[in-house]
Amino acid sequence: MVYLTRKLEFSASHLYHNPAFSAEENKRIFGKCNNPHGHGHNYTLEVTVAGEPDPATGMVLDLKELKEILEREITQRMDHRFLNYEVAELKGQIPTCENIARVIWNLLEPKINKGRLHKVRLYETPDLYADCFRNGAHGA
Amino acid sequence: MKDGLKIELGRRYRFSASHRLHSSKLSEEENRRVYGKCNNPHGHGHNYVVEVNVSGAVDPATGMIANLADLDSFVEREVIEPFDHKSLNEDVATFGENVPTTENICKEIFERLKHFRKAKLERVRVEETGNNTFEYAGEEL
Repeated sequence: MVYLTRKLEFSASHLYHNPAFSAEENKRIFGKCNNPHGHGHNYTLEVTVAGEPDPATGMVLDLKELKEILEREITQRMDHRFLNYEVAELKGQIPTCENIARVIWNLLEPKINKGRLHKVRLYETPDLYADCFRNGAHGA
Repeated sequence: MKDGLKIELGRRYRFSASHRLHSSKLSEEENRRVYGKCNNPHGHGHNYVVEVNVSGAVDPATGMIANLADLDSFVEREVIEPFDHKSLNEDVATFGENVPTTENICKEIFERLKHFRKAKLERVRVEETGNNTFEYAGEEL
């Protein structure tokens, strides 16, 4: 099995607010992430695909194809957007790193037909990231 | 969410500390041979990076495995405050006898952080320098 990873960056804004909480609870739980007009990050996404290289091409999947999938599914949807208001898949969810990573997984998994999606790692800052993978599929 | 997906959170912390590699089980000459310049008598320092991975269910109300403020304050109290700007040999009790190699530092940090109650500690990775990295996930690894 070979694991290949493609990286991409996008910039987006978000805020953390749960309407079921009081204003004080929102402030206490989410801190400055609850500031009403939101704030932004430069996100870095690492997408890892696992598979056996095709003997004819030497590739698990064509990186160009993966790049196009990422452009269409992630960049166009999330780059320079306000995640709370403009990304339908995040509606009703707090757009934390954990939740965005899961949404990205669910967007990409059905589109990757050569090899299989192994891991999504989303960095919100260089010091904070979330990994999403199938239960029991850790490693690499 | 019962979708068969697992989410882990990764967080990086930093501390700077000095150490000296010297084992009481070895002779002076063996210490010099095994540890080289790391055995210099007055020690030396590094800027360490500690990467901590935790897992757990994502709370739908907060979108979080664990509140970062809770994780940060726990790591600060258990590791950063006792290690940062300290001599590991002199100031951290376990390294009196236990040689403060990054292997042992990594295990010690894991032992300290495994008591975090709000998420499961998966592993600890310590960078001694940008070129040396050590990882520990408990005994099952």
